[in-house]
Parts: sequence; structure tokens; C-alpha cells
Amino acid sequence: MSKTINVDQARFEQLLRLGDNALILGHRLSEWSADAPVLEEDVALTNIALDLIGHARLWLTAAGQAEGRGRTEDDLAYLRDARDWRNLHLVELPNGDFARTMVRQFFFDTYHLLFLDGLAAGCDTEIAGIAAKAAKEVRYHLRHSRGWVIRLGDGTEDSHTRMQRALDDCAPCVPELFETDRTYLELEDQNIVPDIQLLKAEWECQMNQALGEATLQMPEITHAMSGGRQGLHSEHLGYLLAEMQFLQRAYPGASW
Amino acid sequence: MIAALLPVTTRAQVLELLDSVTDPEIPSVSIRDLGIIRAIDIHSTGQEMHVVVTITPTYSGCPATRVIEADIRGAIERAGIPNVLIEHRLDPPWTTDWITERGRKHLLEAGISPPACWASTPLSYEADVVCPHCGSHNTRVLSGFGSTPCKALWHCSGCLEPFDYFKPH
Repeated sequence: MSKTINVDQARFEQLLRLGDNALILGHRLSEWSADAPVLEEDVALTNIALDLIGHARLWLTAAGQAEGRGRTEDDLAYLRDARDWRNLHLVELPNGDFARTMVRQFFFDTYHLLFLDGLAAGCDTEIAGIAAKAAKEVRYHLRHSRGWVIRLGDGTEDSHTRMQRALDDCAPCVPELFETDRTYLELEDQNIVPDIQLLKAEWECQMNQALGEATLQMPEITHAMSGGRQGLHSEHLGYLLAEMQFLQRAYPGASW
Repeated sequence: MIAALLPVTTRAQVLELLDSVTDPEIPSVSIRDLGIIRAIDIHSTGQEMHVVVTITPTYSGCPATRVIEADIRGAIERAGIPNVLIEHRLDPPWTTDWITERGRKHLLEAGISPPACWASTPLSYEADVVCPHCGSHNTRVLSGFGSTPCKALWHCSGCLEPFDYFKPH
């Protein structure tokens, strides 16, 4: 096993991970467009999708520059196959019902904001700048998803049951949030990314507080998804990419 | 008439040109008053004038950003400077604290309640938001997200009308 990993390579990988999480979740949320339970939620979910796709553009542009092979944000978004995507399993999980979408969002928003705040305090000025900007937007996302988790958890019998089921659906994707690999540890050494153990403790603390208020139980995690950062995905990602990349695949280089 | 054809040469003149450029989604407010212009640099190589306008985009995914860039370019080109470069500065991120008093006044006139608190006081959700239609303080939030990324949807219990609220950011 080689001891060192090139910092530039690690930086490129990390930028891809950030961009891919944002783009895949943004695409998922956009699937609610014109299909949400009420008009206000339609507007909210598509606004959050728009913010995330905006973040993805910044991260993927930076990734292309870090790689130095001339790939643009569009090349990275539209011309990679599933094995080359670096996103977490959580964000590719299908929307399910509104409860599932909100639990997925709450899990991710909590993690996302802690992670971005950590990056913003890190030593890489380019990454810190993008993270500080994105964090301001994610603060609104988190307030929205946290509010729904509490309202629906502590709501009717039906909404409570659906929320508890949604927690069961999303829980296997949680351990992956806090996994590390050589890429991550290298960047942690350079003080570019946050200490993942501290982040995990804070995430769990915020979950306990919100789920307590929501009268919901975090299920025991009996099996866990893993490997998204290395390009190992569930079958869901392939279907998502087939839709998202269709135009560029069918009409290469199309623009308007 | 000759004076009208002379190209602009100072930053103050460029700034004045940018007063005519507005946010396409909030046409009553200029981009100057929105606080997105960071710097204007003018330099010349030989006969050629170059203008570099540095902006801080508002929300990451806001589709207005590209239109604003095209409008900035157009306004300066029409004044006789063909070489316009637009650069982005993300850090520090844009904040509604940079909206000018005039900008806030224009928002209110357009039926959009301006931010009710400093963005540096995060998540002051229950801030005292004033209805732009009737001036009532008896208002409540309908949705944290609205017709554009920068706005939330509120409701006035005084005149019973819904209205847009520009979120502190």
C-alpha cells in the first residue's frame, strides 16, 4: 500500500464529491417539480434544488480546474458514467413519499451544513470561499427540513407512521456520511476538511434533539450502504443519470 | 453632440451606467443598490479601453446572474467601451446587508418587504416583517421559499393579502 496520496489528486476527488452530492440531490428534488403535495412545497423543493445545482456548478467547475485536463462543469455532469460518480448513497435514494424526501433532506442538510462550515474554516481559500457561500443557503434548507420532520413526526398517526418508516429507509445510508479514506485523511492532515469524528458527534446530537421533539426514534442500523465516494452505487443512480444525461448522450455537444 | 460620442473614462461614469442595470426578476432595483458590484477597474492598452467589473453573485443557482452579466456588458458597450470583462468574487459571500437604503425603498415600492434584520443575526425568522401593501406589522410566514431564491412568501393578517419578503441572507 502506498503511503502517500498526491494532494492535488485528493483535492480533485473531494471537489467531485462535493459537486456530485449537490447535483444528484438537486436533481432528485427537481423530480418533485409540479408534483409536490402543496404549491408552497413545490416552490420550496425546487428552490432548494436550484441552490444545490448552483453549488454543483461551482464545485464541478473548480474540480475541472483542479484536474487540469480541460473538463468543464458540463463535461463532468453529463459525460460521466455511474462508476465515475462520487456521491453518497443517501442523495441518490429515490424520493419515495414526502416523508422520505424530508428525512433524507434533514439527514443531508444537517451533515451538509456542518461539513460546509468546516470547509469554510479550513485552509484552502478557494474551497473555503465556495463553502461559506453555500452554507448561507443550506441554513435555510435545514430550517425547512427540520421544521417538517418535527411537524410530521409529532403530527397525525399517519404522518408519524410514515416518518418512522422513512427513518428506517434512510438509516442504512447514515454510516457512509462519516466514512473516511486516504483521500479524506490526506485533506484532513492539511486542514482542508473538517475532523469527521467531531462532525459525527455534532450530527448525532442535533438528530437526537430534533427526533426527540418529533417523537420519532432513530432506528438501529443493521446494515449499511458504503462505497459511493469510490464510485460504487445502488441501481438507483443509473436510472437518474439516464434521465439527467439523456440529451447530451443522444445529441452530443447540443447547446441552446 | 461630440460629447455624447466620447467614451466613458472614469469609474464614476461606469458606476453611473450601472445604475440603469436592474435585476431582471426585481426590475425596480438596480444591481448597484442590490450591492453586488465589488470593483470597477479601467485600464487602456494603446487606444483600447478595457473595463473589468467584479461582481458578487447573490444566490448560487440564481438564473438572473447570467442576464445581469449580459446587461452590464451591454450598458458599458453602448457607452463606447467594447472590451468588458466580468469577474466573480465569491468571498466574502453576498449578503442582504449590502442592499442600500435606496434599494430597500425601491423593494418596498415594488411590493416586496425588505429584510427586517441584519443577516449577521442568522435565522431571525420571527422578525418584525412589515406588510408592503398596508404597513401592518401583523404578518406571518406562509413559506420560507418564494418566487425567486431571495424571497419568502408571507401573509398579512391586516389586509389579508399575501406578499413577498426579501429574506435576510
